[in-house]
Amino acid sequence: MREAPVLQIPKRDTVPSEGTSKTFLQSLGLSEEEIERIRSLLGREPTETEWGIFSVMWSEHCSYKNTKRLLAALPTSGKDVLQGPGENAGVVAVDEEWAVAFKVESHNHPSFVEPYQGAATGVGGILRDIFTMGARPIALLDSLHFGSTENDVHSIRSRRIAEGVVRAIADYGNCVGIPTVAGETHFDRSYSGNPLVNVMAVGVVKRKDVARAVASEPGRKVLYYGNPTGRDGVHGATMASETFEVEDEDKRINVQVGDPFMEKKILEATLELVQAGLLEAVQDMGAAGLTCSSCEMAGRGNTGIRIHLNRIPLRAEGLTPYEIMLSESQERMLAVVKEENWESARRILEKWDLEAVDIGETTGDGWMRVWGNEEPETEVAAIPVRCLTTEAPVYLPRRAGKKSGAEVRPQPALSSEEGNDISGHLLRFLASENVSSRRPIYRQYDTMVGTRTVWKTVGGDAAVLRLDGTEKGLAVTIDSNARFARHDPFRASEYAVIEAARNIAAVGARPLAVTNCLNYGDPGNPERFEEIAAGVEGLGYACARIGTPVTGGNVSLYNETAGAAILPTTVVGMIGIMDDYRRTTSPALSGDDLWLLGTHSPSLAGSEYEHWSRGETSAALPEIDYDFERSLHAFMVEAVSKNLLRSAHDISAGGIFVAAVEMVLKGKRGLVWEKVPEDDDFALVEYLLGEGGAAMLIATAAEKRGTVEALARRWNLLIERVASIEGDRLVFGKQISFSLENLAAAWEGDLEKRIFLLAGKEEAAS
Amino acid sequence: MRYVVEVHLKPEVSDPEGAAILQAARALGFDFLSDVRVGKSFEIEVKEGTEEKELEVLSDKLLVNPVVETFRIRRDDD
Amino acid sequence: MTIEAGVIVFPGSNCDRDCVRALKGMEGYRVREIWHRETELGGLDLVVLPGGFSYGDYLRPGAIARFSPIVREVTRFAERGGYVLGICNGFQILLEAGLLPGALIRNAGLRFICEPVPLECTNTNTPFTKKVPRNLTLPIAHGQGRYFIDETGRSKLEAEGRIVLRYAGGTNPNGSTNRIAGIVNEKGNVLGMMPHPERACEILIGSSEDGRSFFESLLQAA
Repeated sequence: MREAPVLQIPKRDTVPSEGTSKTFLQSLGLSEEEIERIRSLLGREPTETEWGIFSVMWSEHCSYKNTKRLLAALPTSGKDVLQGPGENAGVVAVDEEWAVAFKVESHNHPSFVEPYQGAATGVGGILRDIFTMGARPIALLDSLHFGSTENDVHSIRSRRIAEGVVRAIADYGNCVGIPTVAGETHFDRSYSGNPLVNVMAVGVVKRKDVARAVASEPGRKVLYYGNPTGRDGVHGATMASETFEVEDEDKRINVQVGDPFMEKKILEATLELVQAGLLEAVQDMGAAGLTCSSCEMAGRGNTGIRIHLNRIPLRAEGLTPYEIMLSESQERMLAVVKEENWESARRILEKWDLEAVDIGETTGDGWMRVWGNEEPETEVAAIPVRCLTTEAPVYLPRRAGKKSGAEVRPQPALSSEEGNDISGHLLRFLASENVSSRRPIYRQYDTMVGTRTVWKTVGGDAAVLRLDGTEKGLAVTIDSNARFARHDPFRASEYAVIEAARNIAAVGARPLAVTNCLNYGDPGNPERFEEIAAGVEGLGYACARIGTPVTGGNVSLYNETAGAAILPTTVVGMIGIMDDYRRTTSPALSGDDLWLLGTHSPSLAGSEYEHWSRGETSAALPEIDYDFERSLHAFMVEAVSKNLLRSAHDISAGGIFVAAVEMVLKGKRGLVWEKVPEDDDFALVEYLLGEGGAAMLIATAAEKRGTVEALARRWNLLIERVASIEGDRLVFGKQISFSLENLAAAWEGDLEKRIFLLAGKEEAAS
Repeated sequence: MRYVVEVHLKPEVSDPEGAAILQAARALGFDFLSDVRVGKSFEIEVKEGTEEKELEVLSDKLLVNPVVETFRIRRDDD
Repeated sequence: MTIEAGVIVFPGSNCDRDCVRALKGMEGYRVREIWHRETELGGLDLVVLPGGFSYGDYLRPGAIARFSPIVREVTRFAERGGYVLGICNGFQILLEAGLLPGALIRNAGLRFICEPVPLECTNTNTPFTKKVPRNLTLPIAHGQGRYFIDETGRSKLEAEGRIVLRYAGGTNPNGSTNRIAGIVNEKGNVLGMMPHPERACEILIGSSEDGRSFFESLLQAA
């Protein structure tokens, strides 16, 4: 990297300007102070194009101005971390030769405006973040949060959003050929005006081939390839930094359209270019398009960049320089290439039916200079790069302070028709929108393309992918736990991390590193900012205690519509590694004995059951014992690598009951759980549906009894044999006994009908 | 000059999308529908003097799969 | 005996690497990729048209890929008796190119389906199926896999024993005519199938290893 050049603000006014209209300035989303600061930084009135460039680079989406200080406290380093935050994606080494690039990105606002295109372009964007690191994407995961599909006034809209988002993720990911291997779908009223669509992508790269988005040498050509530039998505980044009014029809003109076929072509072409060593830097034109990609690459390398807009391929007529610089047309790439490599690069692009366009060059002066697309060619922007990157404003908004709430002890809520029919009550809970099987959703995703996915792990705790050229398995998961975040956003973030880590451990992998997406409300509201700050602190604390560095992520603020904010939602994407993918385990029940491993301290307060039965939660889940968590991970890694377990499943939403149901249905085996508290209904429901503590269900063959008990003792973990694997029913004590058919009917439930309004029929065999 | 080529599934090929739309529309209270068939259309700008025949050849060779689809060509004079 | 296999790569193909990996894992196979603009097949015994979304499935699946230069070569290769296997999007291309009869249209359930499904092999007397078990499991992954053929065409296929794979176990996941999942041409040297044998060559990855039997059959035939 070069030394930062010394900059002089030009005395001459390089750009003609005649003042700027008030309405235009208001449309930029900049504060009065920011507007004045921009004027004084340049020492003159900026041009329209310059105002546009500043507005997107100083938006929360690009500058992290409200969260930068909070994020600085996250643990980001570790012996395996090759690339931490600040690049297109984080990179972690998995052995001497190979590394994994991974990141999560949100597309919340676009998915509210137009669910299908919003989600599709979200998938496209995160894939580009991975392959611009030189990594071949091998997996997609998604964390989706929608308004409730239960009958409330917004349920029709929520269903339509859910339907569009799921269809888009399937269409885009399937077409590009990246398997969607895991994910979560969560429904809550707070998301009805603000769905969350967070997509994570994971790629593999040889350590020597890791690409970066750093333009560190002047005199290089700036290469543009991919789709031509249209008017779509102008000001998308600023849109992501504003709250929505109720029916913001105007925003609709911003919708970007995804083209997965173009994505596939630029993916293959980019990887060929990187492997041939032809690119010095590469970044996609995502949020804030050409502006962000060009000045970030120059900014990281302390160089300057010169762009000629009359060379940019355009899709529409009459685009202004302002629109070209801010367009968020999808599937466009920007790279920096040495003159002598240009012809080779051009030939690779031609093979993929792509045109190589030379749009400018890097310079040594530290300036971003843009020439317009009108005749004669004139300079329309001249800004020191650092004013857009390192000198963007940083704030620390006011925090409201921690809330203290009265804790209620929730009671089981059997409806009057149910009387004392606990079994019926449990089945109804099993069929509810946050508990029932996600198969109607993930069945639409190609989970297998690439032939790396270990099939039995699909729909389990974490998906396991084999890593080419090794016997290692990569475990991936994405989790959040926003249910009680209103009470305690710190604790909610902690639970997101430990749930992710347990999911990784449940398949026998060691938690390695974390990416995250912070989905919160308006930072200008001290109560909301308190949530943001506490949520980030909880994330950092838990990651430090678990030993998983945070290598990157995304911040999505202003998730509010008409003043109603979403549940503060920290989404955690985690990767883990195991030595032999063939040994991995899954929830599908098999063997003779079922054990409860660890400490299960069930609480209904804060549980999914409480949320379902009362419509809200009364408290956060209990405190976390990290030493215990780490022992649990260590036990699982060792037990799986020694082939001691037949199946394993994490206990999370819905407690022991839901975990057991998933195991018996996936394994098609019955289970007889002898000891349950049966003195009163409360104790029974709390035992079955309560959440909290650090525990897992593991199944073993009878001959492994002694070995498993000894291993648990060695890791200081409690272990109790709780059930026999036998028969074809799920039995708890004397009172509860379900046939697998009844359970399947309830669990497989009606998510299909809830979400997909246009239901086709699978024709019966003829 | 502009032509529109409309493509539909042949009557003997069942159209599950049309059937699903019919069902959904009825569920929403639009009870005047008796059938829905989904198709697609191509809006094609052509050089002056292009004959409809040439569009037929194009449709047969590329735009339409004659095993399951039929097409109709009309001039769009707006 | 070694089978020289070529996997055609169209822009948008995405199971090409999976096919190469699967064939590399089989004894008796040598395999290479062939870019769609190439105009020669040069000494191959088997051509695989892999799954994926050639040309983004724009217009119709396979409708644009069939005009690629290499497809002309594949047609000649098939006429000479070479083995051609079209999987998923490859099957769609074979239909569009007229190497096999019928059409593949949108699933009756309107949505993409990815999961292993039970199948029945209804003719083990073709070079592709000699060693295929009667009951098998293979993954499907498609949104447009509903096989359609008119009554005349169907009776002809039945009469000539050219329907080699059907969805079984009382299922018909995409609503295909007579549960058809795979058919061969008259000479029996061209097979088009919606299920993915290349995904079922290792038990942990595809939930079965039944996919291997297709490649083992060819080895025996050759």
